Amino acid sequence: MARRSISGCDRLIVLGLAAVSLFGCSGVLNPAGPVGRDDAIILIDALLIMLAIVIPTILLAFWMAWRYRASNTKVEYLPNWSYSGRIEAVVWSVPILTIIFISGVIWIGSNRLDPYRPLPSKTPPEEVQVVALDWKWLFLYPREGVATVNQLVVPAGAPVHFQITSASVFNVFFIPRLGSMIYAMPGMTSRLWLQADRPGVLWGQSAHFSGDGFSDMQFQVRSVAPGEFAAWAQQAKSAGPPLNEAAYARLTRQSQHVPPMSFSRFDPDLFKLIASQKVAPGPGPEPENPSHAGRVTSTGGRH
Amino acid sequence: MSDTTYTTSREALRRRQQDPHRVGHTGHPKNEPVPGTGQGASGPATKRIIVGYGFWVFLLSDIVIFSAFFAAYAVLQGQTAGGPGARDIVELPRTAWETGALLLSSFTCGLSFAATNARNKLWTQVFFVVTGLLGLVFLGLELQEFLSLAARGVTPQRSAFLSAFFAVVGLHGLHVTVGLLWLGTMVAQLQVKGFRREIVHRIICFNLFWHALDIVWVGLFSVVYLLGAVR
Amino acid sequence: MFGKLSWSAIPLSEPIPLITSIVVLLALFGTLALITVKGWWPYLWQEWITSVDHKRIGVMYCVLGLMMLIRGFSDAILMRTQQAVAINAPGYLPPEHYDQIFSAHGTIMIFFGAMPLIIGVINFVVPLQLGVRDVAFPTFNNVSFWLTASGALLVNVSLFIGEFARTGWLPYPPLSEATYSPGVGVDYYLWAIQISGIGTLITGINFVTTILKMRCPGMTYLRMPMFTWTAFAASLLIVAVFPILTATLAMLSLDRYFGFHFFTNDRGGNAMMFMNLIWAWGHPEVYILVLPAFGIFSEIFSTFSGKPLFGYRSMVAATLFICVVSLMVWLHHFFTMGAGAAVNTAFGISTSVIAVGTGVKVFNWIFTMYGGRVRMSVPMLWSLGFIFTFVIGGMTGVLLAVPPADFLTHNSMFLVAHFHNVIVGGVIFGLFAGLIYWFPKAFGFRLHEGWGKAAFWFAFFGFWVTFAPLYVLGLEGMTRRLQHVNIPEWRPWLLISLFGVALIAISVACQITQLVVSIRDRDKLRDDTGDPWDGRSLEWATPSPAPFFNFAVLPSVEGEDAYWRIKEKAIETQRLGPEPHYEPIDMPLNSPVGFFTAFFASATGFALIWHIWWLAWAGIVGAFIGFVIFAWRDVHEYEVPAEKVAVIDRARRAARQAALARMEARREALDGGVAS
Repeated sequence: MARRSISGCDRLIVLGLAAVSLFGCSGVLNPAGPVGRDDAIILIDALLIMLAIVIPTILLAFWMAWRYRASNTKVEYLPNWSYSGRIEAVVWSVPILTIIFISGVIWIGSNRLDPYRPLPSKTPPEEVQVVALDWKWLFLYPREGVATVNQLVVPAGAPVHFQITSASVFNVFFIPRLGSMIYAMPGMTSRLWLQADRPGVLWGQSAHFSGDGFSDMQFQVRSVAPGEFAAWAQQAKSAGPPLNEAAYARLTRQSQHVPPMSFSRFDPDLFKLIASQKVAPGPGPEPENPSHAGRVTSTGGRH
Repeated sequence: MSDTTYTTSREALRRRQQDPHRVGHTGHPKNEPVPGTGQGASGPATKRIIVGYGFWVFLLSDIVIFSAFFAAYAVLQGQTAGGPGARDIVELPRTAWETGALLLSSFTCGLSFAATNARNKLWTQVFFVVTGLLGLVFLGLELQEFLSLAARGVTPQRSAFLSAFFAVVGLHGLHVTVGLLWLGTMVAQLQVKGFRREIVHRIICFNLFWHALDIVWVGLFSVVYLLGAVR
Repeated sequence: MFGKLSWSAIPLSEPIPLITSIVVLLALFGTLALITVKGWWPYLWQEWITSVDHKRIGVMYCVLGLMMLIRGFSDAILMRTQQAVAINAPGYLPPEHYDQIFSAHGTIMIFFGAMPLIIGVINFVVPLQLGVRDVAFPTFNNVSFWLTASGALLVNVSLFIGEFARTGWLPYPPLSEATYSPGVGVDYYLWAIQISGIGTLITGINFVTTILKMRCPGMTYLRMPMFTWTAFAASLLIVAVFPILTATLAMLSLDRYFGFHFFTNDRGGNAMMFMNLIWAWGHPEVYILVLPAFGIFSEIFSTFSGKPLFGYRSMVAATLFICVVSLMVWLHHFFTMGAGAAVNTAFGISTSVIAVGTGVKVFNWIFTMYGGRVRMSVPMLWSLGFIFTFVIGGMTGVLLAVPPADFLTHNSMFLVAHFHNVIVGGVIFGLFAGLIYWFPKAFGFRLHEGWGKAAFWFAFFGFWVTFAPLYVLGLEGMTRRLQHVNIPEWRPWLLISLFGVALIAISVACQITQLVVSIRDRDKLRDDTGDPWDGRSLEWATPSPAPFFNFAVLPSVEGEDAYWRIKEKAIETQRLGPEPHYEPIDMPLNSPVGFFTAFFASATGFALIWHIWWLAWAGIVGAFIGFVIFAWRDVHEYEVPAEKVAVIDRARRAARQAALARMEARREALDGGVAS
């Protein structure tokens, strides 16, 4: 399989990644899962390919301007020289070859890292349905029958299959350290496969502006050991209110920096109904709930 | 500064004089302009050509607007939201009359231009008026269609499909309305001023516009009405 | 009576917009009062407002563009300060205000800053380079300008009355639909852009026709200067894509005003269609901006190296290649919608293929300097700064075109840094280079070198200090348009970026000083030959400032670099060609139609924004009446007598002859020195 191994050359790049990521730990160059790692490798590969051509070009430009400066009358002046077939051939072929090379990276990268492509794994994938609301995230666990808001809990080491939609406007579902982001679109369902290597706490966010409460549309991501995950689901199942129609309708209304919460039950068809807009989408700004309320900050998902 | 003017060009010339065999490249001397080929040999084109050409470019951009609405119609065609589809709202007989009126108006518009070329004011005006009346018939039929649909509750607010339908057909109707207003001023101008140069230019542009509306209607008629009726 | 408009529309409770409003209004009324007191109105009205002279219109476009650049820059200062202070804190701008600021920043910079400047330079230069007296439709040219100004006016009115869009510079539905944005902000956006968009479309038609149908004798396609070629490519793109913008925004307006369902959440609307349509316009728009900038650089590299442009035909091919391919790349703006690997691959490759065209151009500019005598004047500094900045911006652009890399950086600060890298580094650097380059042609004196150089260095370093940290932040996972940030580790980068903004502000101050100092020292900086840079194309054959008819007799062109050949001949023979036979010239009459059209358009737009229906109808009817009255005009042109033409042209010839003589004297002195 494509993601199976990392070649020797790429190992260097991974080292480079580690070096780059020293100045920060929240970023996409410090991946915590296979998808993010492969994305970042492609990014670095493409960057190196282009730097190989960009740096000489810049140096050549400055050298040319310096060498042929007007005060340097020692060099030859060729006032009518404006064409050379050989140079033209080089001038066209260098970018063409670079772009052919990059196109290969694009081709292979797009196919291998198609967000819809299932991750190979021995452990069965975990299913999570994601709904973007104004301005929080709702996570439904159809197998466990529990739901959470602004808190995503996933088993470490197992692939997670996300089905993503929005119940109001466009958003982007993005956990920087796990890799690929994808749109949450009203009336449509997008899919994404991610995996966290080890237990730990990460953060996710919306990466597409969605209104006044957008800045706090972040969520905590807890990657936990598989056994712990089962225990968490069990615990969430026994506690917390059910996510019935009224509770969901309350959730669709605009609110900012919503603390994490969990629900013990929900209609198994809920996601399908939201994605097909059979249940009403978010009402938007309401007179009694003005959207200007938020001059309060929060820590989003990072407590 | 003025003392150093032409420093470079002077040195360039000196170099060329020292280079009698022209080893340095000198452009493409074989590329001489050929008169009558649009190669720029003869300088700027006449006002008549410039006006007509510019109007053609405008028409192309107008057709891009229509294309965007056509594209939206194609995308939203199936999105009836449980409401009526194309088949339920298309009435081919009325559309046939509309098409007949508009095509005939294009023909009379062509006749008016023949009269313009002959500088015959009377017949130009007669065919302008006939063109305008046929345009009014078209608009009246379209308005009747919209009103009868609205009376049945078929409005653009009902579904995305109907939004696209009313928008693309209405956009054409709006163009016809503007065309009729233009035609009215054209008739008045011609009557008062006669075949002055700029009046003739405007008549040319009006003809182009009116025929373009016809072409767009043929597209509308085929894509929206005919295909809608069989789907 | 006044629709939705009431006193509550004025932000009396919000100090920042209120104080800005008062200051701007005072400045505005102060200026108007000054003009009235000094009695400048007749001059302004006759020589500028109603002018159909392409040079005057070009200058007015540039003035509008520069004013709007400053407005957009002040928005940028607010945004960068807000993000620098709002780290786990609310900052000083609440979201509903901050969201308007970034929307206005993007809208103003693209539509009312960069576009007017580009169109202004095209207006000023293209007819001169083609060796003709005006554009194809001079009156429509004036209409275009005033419609653009009308759009700019509406955007700026939104600061004082009501609000601007809170949706970003492209109002993506469903956020921009009436359900989620019930205020007037999106309506301000829609009508401002529709009105100015029509102006831009007319400009595009005007220049396609001008360049294809109005060239002086002998000016074949492959003799046109590079800037004219790029202006042509940009005009073609305007004609091809601005109608899409008009149509798309019309659909959104129908949704908002009449409850249509093009892009709504319910009843089958398709918001994704908006994104496809808007980017089918939006991506070519980037090339509408940057292609003419490329043309400016081509002129400058060639002139300041004292050589013809290297690989002219390659450059023409690369320009047209970019022009065509730019229409096929729009989907890269939403790789992350999950369209599938095949679609992403196709658009990723088509996007990076554009880099072939730009790569060829960069290499050709570099080889233009080869074997040259490169003069490091201010335009050349901007051009070299451009190569450095733009090549890096292009590189990050290709990175974003690689879908898996885009999956990490889409919508992030990395993206923000990238597009500022190409738009500031490409378009804005190009415009400053071009404005300094052609300034003497417009006003008859050069700009001060020292202040120009200072402005360049502050802008260049300021740019990198501002945007390099944003690349880092993007890779740290910071997304764009955050009103406050919750990650304290980002603070140092945000502070560095803010420092960069301060450097840019110093650069802006240097630019203004440069202008003031140059006007003060205009006699010292006077360009009396009309050819201050030892230029190569026909605009330098005219005196500075160019007379209203440009050329007394249309030049006859015999090859590339038309003016260079004429000049060579003159230097060789030590004399100008024989005095031509002067004939009377027909010039178009000034017309107030543009001003009135824009007046009615502004009134109608404002009325539609606030649902004042009677005023909207009044505006439309007024515009129609204005159109009929204008069409009724009998006299369109006036004749300039041959004697007057002769007087003006003989002065030009005398100045040139004097310059030749000066040069000859200097050469003899030098030769004598060598001989003895």
